[in-house]
Amino acid sequence: MGRYVARRLLQMIPVFFGTTLLIFMMVYSLPGDPVAGLFGDKGTDPATLAKLRHEYGLDLPILQQYWNYISNILFHFDFGQQIRSGREITDVLGSAFPVTLRLALLAFTIEIVLGLALGIVAGLKAGKLADNLILVLTLLIISVPVFVLGFIVKTVFAFQLGWIAPNVSNDETWGELIAPAIVLGSLSLAYVARLTRTSMAENLRADYVRTAVAKGLPKRRVIGVHLMRNSMIPVVTFLGTDIGALMGGAVVTEGIFNVKGVGGLIYESIIRREGLTVVGVVTVLVVVYLIASLLVDLLYAVMDPRIRYA
Amino acid sequence: MPDMTKTETPAAEAPVAPAAPVDPKNAEKARSLWGDAWADLRRNPYFVVSSVLILILLTISAFPSLFTSVDPTKGDLVNHFLSKPELAKVGSPEWLGYDGQGRSVYARLIYGTRASIIVAVCVTLIVTVIGSLTGMIAGYFGGVTDAIMSRLTDIFFGIPFLLGSMVVLQAFTKRTVWTVVFALAFLGWTQINRVMRGAVITVKQADYVHAAKALGAGTPRILFRHILPNAMAPVIVVSTIALGGYVSAEATLSYLGLGLASPTISWGVDISAGAAQIRVAEHILFYPSIMLSLTVLAFIMLGEAVRNALDPKLR
Repeated sequence: MGRYVARRLLQMIPVFFGTTLLIFMMVYSLPGDPVAGLFGDKGTDPATLAKLRHEYGLDLPILQQYWNYISNILFHFDFGQQIRSGREITDVLGSAFPVTLRLALLAFTIEIVLGLALGIVAGLKAGKLADNLILVLTLLIISVPVFVLGFIVKTVFAFQLGWIAPNVSNDETWGELIAPAIVLGSLSLAYVARLTRTSMAENLRADYVRTAVAKGLPKRRVIGVHLMRNSMIPVVTFLGTDIGALMGGAVVTEGIFNVKGVGGLIYESIIRREGLTVVGVVTVLVVVYLIASLLVDLLYAVMDPRIRYA
Repeated sequence: MPDMTKTETPAAEAPVAPAAPVDPKNAEKARSLWGDAWADLRRNPYFVVSSVLILILLTISAFPSLFTSVDPTKGDLVNHFLSKPELAKVGSPEWLGYDGQGRSVYARLIYGTRASIIVAVCVTLIVTVIGSLTGMIAGYFGGVTDAIMSRLTDIFFGIPFLLGSMVVLQAFTKRTVWTVVFALAFLGWTQINRVMRGAVITVKQADYVHAAKALGAGTPRILFRHILPNAMAPVIVVSTIALGGYVSAEATLSYLGLGLASPTISWGVDISAGAAQIRVAEHILFYPSIMLSLTVLAFIMLGEAVRNALDPKLR
């Protein structure tokens, strides 16, 4: 196990540098110049521009710029500063991330609880009415894009029923975040339900389930321990890679419900060509993603004793 | 166990052999993976419904003028939904009412189909070709090739899809259908790559691959004649379902104002416009959303049906 973790950690290094370099190059190949943008339409003389570009290190070759950037993050935890506002990007991230984290956490909880519940019911009743109803429900949820669902929720519950406020306030209380979290988690909820259903239905016929039943174990235990543990592998895999999707979906959801989180920050930064902010956010997301996928692989061994890592 | 197979094999073959001369073509077809799948599909209501829906959508996108004679770009403020609120309702002179510029919502729905379908189909084709080729190479050659290619794929996979597409789209000053296709394909191929790689690793152990090798078949022949057809099934399923996802992704990007933009007519563009007026008129946002969801639904249902047909053990 220790050797496996070490090898995985080593493999993460090139992926980390590769992904951050890729997004760095993507952002820096964007047209438009953030320094020139500081001066508006009138512009300024080339000498001042060149001086500022030199100050920000924008005149260096791209690989050199990337190395300066990434080494600052790694060694000094310094993400640089926004050119337009002069704010430290760590500050900007520090105020936006907690909000999105709470939103994502809530969405994650909703999708796991509801998704698993629906999936288990459907899996155990495979082919019956309940299974078909859940199939139709999840198909519908998957087909409705996040932003459409957001508007439906907003129109019905905020404008027509008046149960929720149309926009989340700046305090972002948990209660206010429930509606956006449901919207954000809906798509993954449907996937979790379907994956759970498929793998439960498949494993119901597995030998170890038959053995457990034959041993005279109570149904609760057969389903709860023997069946569930092995059926969760595809679900956990999906949940591990879902974090990036949740953050991407946050761009839309946060826009609709006016949440001041990472989604809005990314959107604004992309529009305003604040390259460093975009790269900073994505760098954090990449680290989160890499750690999540490592945890997922380690969880496999916990869930299915047949999987062993040397 | 070995005894069982020995006694069973001749028994299993016996009834087939005499039937073969009667109708050799049918007998062979019925036993192939694809033949079985096709027989299953025709009886699956999900498949029938989704293919009919997709055929209708394809017809609309190819010949929009068959479905409406109204010009979707012609706005007449006399018809503005605020000046004549009754025009915003179903049953108004022009079917689904008018939008904020007095343009027919129905005509825009019809003409908006093409953009969604073209983007989704093109992205799926590109992504399937790139993902399959890279996945096949990684899976078949294994070892160092696999390690390098898999890490490369990880790099692209690590960037959140929607965020990455947003950045790519910003690189283009002029946004057309093709820039959106490029942006979605840029990060989209990794999923197919992984599915293909997994399938190839399973298939390459098969006896017929060893047999082909032993007979001296070249690598390209083994890859494209023996491995590809047998590893295609999961890729087709994932591609079909992903196609629905790309319809949705295009609309999301256009809704955010980063994808297609007016004067291009697309559901996402119209939903984006409708979102600004949601408090006064829901219909502008509502109808394109329904079309969009129906399209996504059709492709996902098709993918599900194909998956069930190709992998009977899932039922």
